[in-house]
Amino acid sequence: MIHRIPSGTRDVLPDELRELRAITEGIRGVFEARGYGEVATPALEYEEVLVRGDAAAADPAYKLFDEHGDVLALRSDMTIPIARVVATRYPTAELPLRFCYFQHAYRSVQPQRGQPREMLQAGVELVGAPGPEGTAEVLTVLCEALEAAGLENWRVGLGDASLYPRLLDRIGVPEAARPQILHELVTRDYVGLAREVEAFGAPELLELPQRRGGPEILDVPEAEGLAALHGLLPPQVAERMIFDLGLTRPLSYYTGAVFEVYDAAFGTPIGGGGRYDDLLGRFGRPLPACGWALDVERLHAARVGEGR
Amino acid sequence: MPALTIAVPRGALLGETLDLLDTLGIDTAEVRANDRKLLFEDAGLVTMRPSDVPTYVEAGAADLGITGKDVLAEHPERDVYELLDLGFGPCRMVFATVAGEDRAAEALRRLGVMRVATKYPRIAAAYFERTGRQAEIVEVKGSVELAPLTGLVHGIVDLTATGTTLRENGLEVREEIAASTARLIANPVAHKLKAAAIDDVVARIRGAA
Repeated sequence: MIHRIPSGTRDVLPDELRELRAITEGIRGVFEARGYGEVATPALEYEEVLVRGDAAAADPAYKLFDEHGDVLALRSDMTIPIARVVATRYPTAELPLRFCYFQHAYRSVQPQRGQPREMLQAGVELVGAPGPEGTAEVLTVLCEALEAAGLENWRVGLGDASLYPRLLDRIGVPEAARPQILHELVTRDYVGLAREVEAFGAPELLELPQRRGGPEILDVPEAEGLAALHGLLPPQVAERMIFDLGLTRPLSYYTGAVFEVYDAAFGTPIGGGGRYDDLLGRFGRPLPACGWALDVERLHAARVGEGR
Repeated sequence: MPALTIAVPRGALLGETLDLLDTLGIDTAEVRANDRKLLFEDAGLVTMRPSDVPTYVEAGAADLGITGKDVLAEHPERDVYELLDLGFGPCRMVFATVAGEDRAAEALRRLGVMRVATKYPRIAAAYFERTGRQAEIVEVKGSVELAPLTGLVHGIVDLTATGTTLRENGLEVREEIAASTARLIANPVAHKLKAAAIDDVVARIRGAA
């Protein structure tokens, strides 16, 4: 008998799970050595709590009513639940707080694309440590985790979510024109971006977000934060960075440094994160924070792609 | 092995794509001589239908690709960088109906909804939604011109370069939806890991233009 499971979900059988475990155990060792305490939170949260964190992240694909008529939703990442945990369980705790997790998150899928509805994420959140020092710490932990996971040909793209808005300020681009410009940037359409910024006579608006490379590209005023961060990174971390002045992340809660993890053997990013200094405040405990998540199944596929 | 793998569209865009690759110093002689072979490893080229180019590039099976804006507009969910408007392969996405009295307009007025055949269901649906008209989209794979002639639909949304095929089939362009040209696209990971090689290609195409 064939009994179906929903598209975008799958069964994990012993051969695969053994390999996934080897990866997560390696990463767990790094988290423990670095003093990150593991937490678990419910997969189901009140929708109103998720929406407080980020409207887009909390436009969850899977909602249901509980027996009281309240709307529950499956979490789409772990950052917002941990922000809730910090505000409610650690209202007076000494800072910084270091948390890690190995948990599933749930996203909607587009049909026929082979996208997962349920993904296993391994990640950290560092709460109460401002940038650039806090960012340098989580990037160092990220690099150690990728080493421990057994990957070889990986790099980290490093950008700044506040960079382009500040460039728009400097050039004096009016508010009315910005949503369309940012749309072209986020959808990575440089033909559209060229069209939208042409009227402002500032070639930087098109040139700057296309800059990727080493620290030599950080010679613009808007990249000062990234240059300061670079100065704090240990050499073995710094050499893995690709600075990317056009890097954007899909979630809106990022306020500063943002990053993505790439592997030469895999066509899409295998993880990412960044600074979200405003998010905790939305839950009543304003604290600077920073974190990242790796998609363990993609990481595994990249490792297989590397022939390891 | 070449530094980059490039997805090359067969069909109407092939000739000018190969001319462009020649100016980049890529040897296209084998592609020109061989229209059955698909993979040209020495030159770093793979050939495919234009509509498959974003699929290969998004997955990283090719680092760069060339395809029409029409294909990209139909598949906005494909996560690729759109780097350059290459300018060649100009064509228009149009709404056309049988020449003479506008049967689609009549259907809208009397039935409240018109039926429209297309190979571009998302572009068509978005266009009629944007212009406040109810349309039932019928997706066909082959010659779209046939659909209104047989009474299957009231009109079509299709791509046309010169309008000749539409005219020969007794169809008339009623509205232009969008213009399209060939675009250079890149895989998001290759865009970082092979930044220098990709920027070099972009700069040389810009310089040649």
